[in-house]
Amino acid sequence: MLEVRGIDTFYDRSQVLFGMELEIREGEVVTLLGRNGMGKTTTIRSIMGLTRAAAGSIRFAGSEIRELPSYRIAQAGIGLVPEGRQIFPNLSVRENLVATAIPRDRAWTFERVVALFPRLAERLSNMGGQLSGGEQQMLAIGRALMTNPRLLILDEATEGLAPLIREEIWACLTQLKAQNQAILVIDKNLDALTRIADRHYVIEKGRVVWSGSSAQLLANPTVQHRYLGV
Amino acid sequence: MAIKPTPTVAVATIVLAGFALLPVYAVLAGDSFVLSLGTRILVMALAAASLNLILGYGGMVSFGHAAYLGVGGYVVGIMAYHGVTSAWVQWPVAILLSAAVALFIGALSLRTRGLYFIMITLAFAQMIYYVGVGLYDYGGDDGLTLNARSDFGGFPSLDDRPQFYYLCFILLVAALYLMKRLVGSRFGQVIRGAKSNDPRMHAIGFPTMRYRLTAFVIAGAVCGLAGVLLANQADFVSPATMHWTRSGDLIVMVVLGGMGSLMGPVYGALTVLALEESLSSLTHYWKIIFGPFLVLVVLFGKGGIAGLIARWERRK
Repeated sequence: MLEVRGIDTFYDRSQVLFGMELEIREGEVVTLLGRNGMGKTTTIRSIMGLTRAAAGSIRFAGSEIRELPSYRIAQAGIGLVPEGRQIFPNLSVRENLVATAIPRDRAWTFERVVALFPRLAERLSNMGGQLSGGEQQMLAIGRALMTNPRLLILDEATEGLAPLIREEIWACLTQLKAQNQAILVIDKNLDALTRIADRHYVIEKGRVVWSGSSAQLLANPTVQHRYLGV
Repeated sequence: MAIKPTPTVAVATIVLAGFALLPVYAVLAGDSFVLSLGTRILVMALAAASLNLILGYGGMVSFGHAAYLGVGGYVVGIMAYHGVTSAWVQWPVAILLSAAVALFIGALSLRTRGLYFIMITLAFAQMIYYVGVGLYDYGGDDGLTLNARSDFGGFPSLDDRPQFYYLCFILLVAALYLMKRLVGSRFGQVIRGAKSNDPRMHAIGFPTMRYRLTAFVIAGAVCGLAGVLLANQADFVSPATMHWTRSGDLIVMVVLGGMGSLMGPVYGALTVLALEESLSSLTHYWKIIFGPFLVLVVLFGKGGIAGLIARWERRK
């Protein structure tokens, strides 16, 4: 579904990604792991067209998307839950969800999203800025689902959330996986990620240094210690 | 859907009812000046409402919005000068030309943000201002007196003050209704969302530039209509109509009334023009009083007059 091949990405003259490689297949949950500043968010920004990759190829559903503007990439079916949530604080919860809806054959409707996050159902008339951090995160995920993405990307979705809320988010991702939703996750919670994800990519200084299944990662303390600081 | 009788709704109803009944008072009291002032308030409220669409809801601080007042006014003045007085011709031309000018200015200026956007809209407006100054055949700097007001072929007659007043009132109410529908629609949601986080809205799948440009053009067209009304009301149009200070007046009306509030521009236009009229009768230096008043409202009245009403509503 998504094939990232040899992309180089720069911030001005400073190179961040060096031939980054990544592949996600239909219905797979894949993680991008690595310490801070290694290029995880830049990889996602490159996929989404928010920071243009200078070289390489990014193919999604058989089409090259590396040079498309970000709105076309979203329309093609990639939904991003960005770091820091970035919900629209001046729109109500309902408006945050319906304004961004893209109806496709996959049937994420307003009713289904609200059923997935019952907490949001109670706060539909509240402005986005009036929600708690956890509720904002649920809204950010709900907003991405309303675009009916073929691939959902979550960048540090549980960062700064209370443990109970984190568990709700992981439970939500487990439900989505059961519905065959392809997901790319960046997070630091290795326990939860190895429970949910099919495969993992570990990146160091802008390139993939290890990839494998959850069982392989759990069985490899060297990778965990050397690249993830566990 | 039933409308709740909240203070916001109550104040809006009282103000609009006051406007609706003003001609009755003017006739009974034999006060034609109040009708003339009321017409000017309605016209400026229409112009401010158009600015509110892009400034209040879209976060686009256009410092050249008065340019469309001038474009609309000059179309009426120049066509009347050449003997074309039919409103059915003048008004659509004025609205379309204002929209075209807004499309041109918006297509270039909306590529910039913040201070640059303010400066580029100001620069375009000043260019149009100097085009007006250079129209020597049409009065140049001195302006152009209208030979005749726009003619609808009988009814409504703009020469009849109450009829003209009610036409302005109906157009303002229609514009407010349009804004309400627009802002509540998906289009409006995208504009408002882009105001708080444009890159995010773009990354969700919306070409925000197109949405913002569409709003910019709608605002320009509506302000062009206000220019048509203003020229007819004053029987005169001059480059001063589109001077940057006039754009500043419109911003003051929107900020004072309440940015991003439907009735805010109406409250703002009403307050600014009523204060201007009453204070200027007291002293020639009325702006010395008006200035600090404005500073106080901006410092302590977050959300302007509409914001004050909303806070009162929340306390109840």
